[in-house]
Amino acid sequence: MTDAPIAAVPAKPDTSGRSQWWDVWDQFKSHKGALFGAAVFGFIVLSVTLGPLIWTLEPTFIDIRARNAGASMAHPFGTDQLGRDILARMMAGGQVSIAVGLTAMLISVVLGAFIGVVAGFFRRLDTFLMGLTNLFLALPLLPLLLVMVMLFRETLARSFGPEMGTFILIVSAIGITSWMQTARIVRGEVLALKEREFVLAARSIGTPSRRMILRHILPNVLSPIMVSATLGIATAIITESALSFLGLGFPPDFPTWGRLLFDAIDYLQQYPERVFWPGLAISLTVLSVNYIGDGLRDALDPRIRGR
Amino acid sequence: MLTFFIRRLLTAIPTLVLISLIIFLLLDLAPGDPLADQPLSIPPEVRQRMRDALGLDSPAYVRYLLWAKQFFWVEPLYFLDWVAGTNFSDGMQRIVSWQFRAPVFDIIVQRIPQTLWVVGLAYLVGVIIALPIGIISAYKQYSWFDQVGTFVSMIGFSVPPFFSGVLMIVFFAIMLPWFPSIYDTTLVVDDFQSLGQQIRQMTLPVMVLALQTTAQLSRFMRASMLDNLNHDYVRTARAKGMTEKVVVLVHVLRNSLIPVVTVIALGIPSIFGGAIITEQIFKVNGLGQLLITAIYANDLPMVQTLAFIFAVLIVACNLIADMLYGLLDPRIRYD
Repeated sequence: MTDAPIAAVPAKPDTSGRSQWWDVWDQFKSHKGALFGAAVFGFIVLSVTLGPLIWTLEPTFIDIRARNAGASMAHPFGTDQLGRDILARMMAGGQVSIAVGLTAMLISVVLGAFIGVVAGFFRRLDTFLMGLTNLFLALPLLPLLLVMVMLFRETLARSFGPEMGTFILIVSAIGITSWMQTARIVRGEVLALKEREFVLAARSIGTPSRRMILRHILPNVLSPIMVSATLGIATAIITESALSFLGLGFPPDFPTWGRLLFDAIDYLQQYPERVFWPGLAISLTVLSVNYIGDGLRDALDPRIRGR
Repeated sequence: MLTFFIRRLLTAIPTLVLISLIIFLLLDLAPGDPLADQPLSIPPEVRQRMRDALGLDSPAYVRYLLWAKQFFWVEPLYFLDWVAGTNFSDGMQRIVSWQFRAPVFDIIVQRIPQTLWVVGLAYLVGVIIALPIGIISAYKQYSWFDQVGTFVSMIGFSVPPFFSGVLMIVFFAIMLPWFPSIYDTTLVVDDFQSLGQQIRQMTLPVMVLALQTTAQLSRFMRASMLDNLNHDYVRTARAKGMTEKVVVLVHVLRNSLIPVVTVIALGIPSIFGGAIITEQIFKVNGLGQLLITAIYANDLPMVQTLAFIFAVLIVACNLIADMLYGLLDPRIRYD
C-alpha cells in the first residue's frame, strides 16, 4: 500500500486525458483472439446490415427457372429449391438472427442484473430471489422453451403479425429463461461490494438506497455484467437456431440462419453444400462472440490489466 | 453431513412440487384438444362421455392433484407390483399418454435404453477424452498442445450440435459412406456382425455429443489443474524428491478432480434432456425425441411427466454434486 501513491505521481500527466476505458482497450488489444473475434463479428454485422444495399436481390424473390442452381456470378452461393438467391437469404437471415441475439441478451442481462443487485443489496429479498433463481435453474429449459413457443405462437401472431409476433415470443422466451447466471454473479459481487469502505462512507452521509445502487454499486458490477452480456449473445443465437432447427422458430418466408439450415436438411443428399453456409455463419458468429467475451473478461479485470 | 443432507432433501421437496405446478400450469394453457383427432362421426354425447372419462372438464386443481397422485402414488405402487409380484395397484388409473393410448411409463421404459446407450456412452467417452487433455494442457500451459486444445474446445463450444451433426452426416455418411446416418432401433444384437453394425450406427451421434462434453470438461479440468499447480504443497512434494509423475498425477490431480467431479455430476441431467437435437438429427428414438413428438402431438400427460422427470434429475444431481463436494474436500464442512 505504501508505494502506491509514489507510483501514481509520475503516471499522472499521462492519465489526465485518459479514462479507464483506454486501459481496458489497451488490454483488449493485446488479446489476439479477442481482437480477431471482434473483427470477424464486426465484419458479419456489417455484411448483414449493409450487404443488402449492395446485393439488391430480394431474399423472397422466386425465380423458379433458376432453382437449385450451383454457385455462379449471378448467384454466388447458388439458389434454393424455389430459385431464391441464397446469398440474399443469408443476409436477411443474419439480420434476424443477430437482432434476436442482441435483444434476447438485453432482456436477460437487464433482468439478471436487476434481480442480482436487488438480491445482493436488500437482505430481506435475498432468500426469495435466490430461491427463485435456483428454481429457474432446476427447470428443464429447452422443453419449456419449446412448449412456450408452441403455446403462444398463434396468439402473438394474431396480434402482432406472424413475423413480429414470433420475434417478440422468441426473444422474450429466451430472455426469461437465461438470466439466472448473470443474477448469481452480480449478487455475489454486490454482496462483496457492500462490505467495502466507500459504501459505508456513502451510507454515513445518508445516501438513499436508489442513488447508492445507481451511483456506487452498478458502476462497480459493470464488468461481470458486460462479460455475461457478450456471452449471452452467443447463447441466444444458438437457442434461436435450435428452435428454428426443430421447426418451432420463424415462419419459412422469414428466414433466420437456423431456419435456412433446417430447410437445407431436406436436400442434404443432393445439395450438401447448402447446409454449410448457414451453419458456418452461426458457428463463426458464436465463436467470435465467445472470443470477445474471453478478451473482455481479461481486459475488465484490473488485476490482470496491470501486467 | 447427514443433517445437511436431510435439510437439503427437505428443501428439494417443495422445489419439486413447485416445479411440477409450474409445468402443469404452463401446459394447462395449451389450446389443443386431445379429442381433435377422433372421427367427426362420434355423436356429441359420446364425445362428452369421453371427455368426462379423461377428466378434461374438471377444474385445474383437480386435474393437477390427480396427476400428482398418479405420479407419486400409483406409479411407484405399480413398479412395486412389477418387481415383487404383489398386486397393490389393481384397478388404479395410471398416467395414460393421449398419443399412444398406453401408460406413459411403459413408453418411457421402452425409450430409455436407446438414450442411455447413445447419450450415456457419449458422455462417458467425452469425460475419458477430456480429462487427459485438460491435464496435459495445464501442465504444458501455452504449449502448442494447449493452444490446439483451447482452439478445439472453443470450436466445441461454438459449433452447435445441429450443425456438427449435419456436417458429420455430410462427410461420413454421404461423401464417405462409412457410417449410417439413421439410427436403426429395431436392430437386434445377437452376433458379431450385428454388434459391428450397432457400433457403426452409434459412432456419429456419440462423436457429436462427445465433442460438446469434451470441450466443456477439458477447459474446466485445465483451469482446476492450473489453480493447484502453483500451490505450496506441490513445491514441497517436488522438494521431497518425488518424481514429476507422482507430483502431477497423484498430488495435483487428486486435488484438481474435486470440482471436476461435481461438474461431471451436474452434467448428468443433460444426458437425458439435453440431447434432444442430436436425437432428432440421427433419428434415435430416445427420451428427447419422445418429448419432441409429444410436444408436436399435444400429448400433455407425456410432456408433463417427461419434463418433470428431467426436473427431478436436475435437482437430484445438484444434491449429489453438493454431497460429493463435501465428501471429497475435507475443508468444506456443511455443519
